[in-house]
Amino acid sequence: MSVNQEGSQEAIRRRSWRDIDLRAVAPFVALALLLLVGALVNPNFISINNLANVATRSAFIAIIAVGATFVISSGDLDLSVGAMVAFIASLMILFMNSGVIADPVLMLLAAILFTVVAGALCGLTNGLITTVGKIEPFIATLGTMGIYRGLTTWLSQGGAITLKEPELQEMYRPAYFGTIAGVPVPIVIILTVTAVAAFILYRTRYGRHVVAVGSNRDVARYSGISVNRVRTIAFVIQGLCVAVAVLLYVPRLGSTSATTGILWELQAITAVVVGGTALKGGAGRVWGTICGAFILELVGNIMLLSNFISEYLIGAIQGAIIIIAMLVQRSLVRKS
Amino acid sequence: MTTEVVDGAPVVLSARRISKSFSGVQVLFSVDFELRQGEIHALMGENGAGKSTLVKILSGFEQPTSGEILLDGKSTKLPPNGAAEALGIVIIHQEFNLAEHLTVTESLFLGREVTRFGVLDRKFMRAETRRVLNLLGSHVDENAMIGSLSIAEKQMVEIAKAISRDARVVFMDEPTAVLSREETNFLFRLVRKLRDKGTSFVFVSHKLDEVMELTDRVTVLRDGQWIKTSPTSKLDGEAIAQLMVGRELSSLYPAKSEPDVDEEVVLRVEQVSTGYVRDASFEVRRGEVIGFSGMIGSGRTELMEAIVGLRARTAGEVLVRGQPVPSGDVHAVNKAGLAYMTKDRKAKGLLLNAGMMANLTLQSLGRHSRLGYLDPGSEEAALVKARRRFDIRVRDDRVVAGRMSGGNQQKLLLAKVMETDPGIIIIDEPTRGIDVGTKQQIYHFISALARDGRSIIVVSSEMPEVIGLCSRVVVMREGHIAGILEGDEISEQEIMRYAAGLKKKTAA
Repeated sequence: MSVNQEGSQEAIRRRSWRDIDLRAVAPFVALALLLLVGALVNPNFISINNLANVATRSAFIAIIAVGATFVISSGDLDLSVGAMVAFIASLMILFMNSGVIADPVLMLLAAILFTVVAGALCGLTNGLITTVGKIEPFIATLGTMGIYRGLTTWLSQGGAITLKEPELQEMYRPAYFGTIAGVPVPIVIILTVTAVAAFILYRTRYGRHVVAVGSNRDVARYSGISVNRVRTIAFVIQGLCVAVAVLLYVPRLGSTSATTGILWELQAITAVVVGGTALKGGAGRVWGTICGAFILELVGNIMLLSNFISEYLIGAIQGAIIIIAMLVQRSLVRKS
Repeated sequence: MTTEVVDGAPVVLSARRISKSFSGVQVLFSVDFELRQGEIHALMGENGAGKSTLVKILSGFEQPTSGEILLDGKSTKLPPNGAAEALGIVIIHQEFNLAEHLTVTESLFLGREVTRFGVLDRKFMRAETRRVLNLLGSHVDENAMIGSLSIAEKQMVEIAKAISRDARVVFMDEPTAVLSREETNFLFRLVRKLRDKGTSFVFVSHKLDEVMELTDRVTVLRDGQWIKTSPTSKLDGEAIAQLMVGRELSSLYPAKSEPDVDEEVVLRVEQVSTGYVRDASFEVRRGEVIGFSGMIGSGRTELMEAIVGLRARTAGEVLVRGQPVPSGDVHAVNKAGLAYMTKDRKAKGLLLNAGMMANLTLQSLGRHSRLGYLDPGSEEAALVKARRRFDIRVRDDRVVAGRMSGGNQQKLLLAKVMETDPGIIIIDEPTRGIDVGTKQQIYHFISALARDGRSIIVVSSEMPEVIGLCSRVVVMREGHIAGILEGDEISEQEIMRYAAGLKKKTAA
């Protein structure tokens, strides 16, 4: 009998461990610790102004990383997102410079629509090459990364592509620099995109299918799920997120070049992994991803405000973060 | 007590009061076993009786939860993961542990390559391999690639590997399952020859006639317990079967309910070909339980996967209630009311990292979704209902599927498939690797589903299961339907005749 009792006690203990999913909580704990460290380093750090600034600057990576959460949850990987930003942003500016529509308001709306469609098509291309072409996503998107980047360089002839219409520029500026009810527009967009993504991932049939496909493709197939369709749509979602990031990026500088978005794919993947999504698929955490993107930007900010680490080391620190995040994730898996 | 000598020969390897539990489920209960030098010892029992677990414990692949293992009379802790080979304990797996891209010689010396001055001494290794193969009377070329060998030849290489490592104890798990009669005879001659030289064999098999023919002693396990050890000559096949089952079959299987002859034909399979399967045709009536029997690799699973759209058909038609269903479209077939339950619940059936609810509703999320929004309350209700209906017992409601017992996983998988509310259910190996109690429950579920007016196709390698459950049995052989048996024809001998190709008839 004593064996039995021991067993059930153990079960209860295990349950209380599982009730709090450590992997889901870890990124937020890390964020809280970082805020604490930042506050100790420099009192200005914790000001609303500074934090809002950091959040605003994290917008591009955060939004792209939300898309990456879908791709990674479904068991794939997209390395082309950085190049895709440069490519789509160039296309958008060229479209606005072309002057095919005289009315600036209509022009801007058309450009936005154009960008969204371009993003979806770029994502679709990645998805079809991976699924229909049956090429490892790593290789497929390494290829399209080269293609998107190369096309950007060609479009810009090695230089920059700049928005020419001052009127358009003036009208579009608030999309990045404006506020809604006192909150910077990029932060509003991050929250909106994340909320929509969380709804899709956790509360729709498609979201459940994404996780099933990432967790075990055979089980998904045997359950009547069209695996390739689910994967392709994840790439399209990634493309749409890139388009939204571009819509924020263009008004900021009004210009792109061949070096736009360099290494953003790595930052996006880092944000996803730091946020607790398993790189091998099967568990997506959208809010964690946002938290991860914020952590990356915060670390840079703390380094800038403090004087004891050179800001030139930001890349190295971010690299270290991804490794530490993986180690923490793995040790948490072992415990549970 | 140290070196017991019973009937002359000393005991090489023995197990005393071995118990084993996997994540809280006990599979072996204080089992005793002893193997003498130079004997062939049969280990028998139904699937799930604990044979493979005992073999794994005696070869060091698993550690017992309690009890001790004695090697040459001395209490030993066997080293894990095949390191027990160094002690002369070798296991020949059902699925061979051979790398297809190595040669026979390379396989024999894998992990203990002979070198001269740091360079592989290939000449020596080839000669040694030849010597061992000659000893076995085998004509396998020592330079042949493993991938180019037949199954019998691969088995020969495995045995040669065992011999070359001076094996004293050899475990053979169902060695004849994939062999022809001549190959089996050759294997038996070889085993006897090695036995006479003092090697001990543990022979795990379901085939009673082979056990009677080859072995010296028999140990029977049932439901994880030691039942009897006896010289083979003192038993007959009937007695062993009785010991293995230990109960009347009638209590294990529910009463069969045969459908009326004029009952509607709900599934018609016409001349379906796919891969290895050629021209398979059969019909299933409403409320019928029909069995599919045959050797492993006879094409049963391939045929079923082609029927449900998991695999494209190269020819033929599948009609559900008279309506043809498309080839290679699982979703459409599911919608038409035909569902398939895989035999591989861990790799293809359940998301092991997900909880019960996510698994239960995965195939039928459309039922819980309103305007694209998944209703958690509706899913929760489905889980409560399914747990009651299929008696899924877990200590912790949030347990992930991978931590559930095999029996509960199987019930969850059945519940998942039934969530799509299919009129026809194909169940591939309904009771693989689950305990007898759960088996019985599953048989009753199947019977209840049939009484409900659903039709069930049971694909099973366990003949008693097919015989006990089904009113008709289709026997497959080498990708063809060899015969469809009804009524009194349904017996182990008759099924075996068709499965082995001794008898054949065209589909009725």
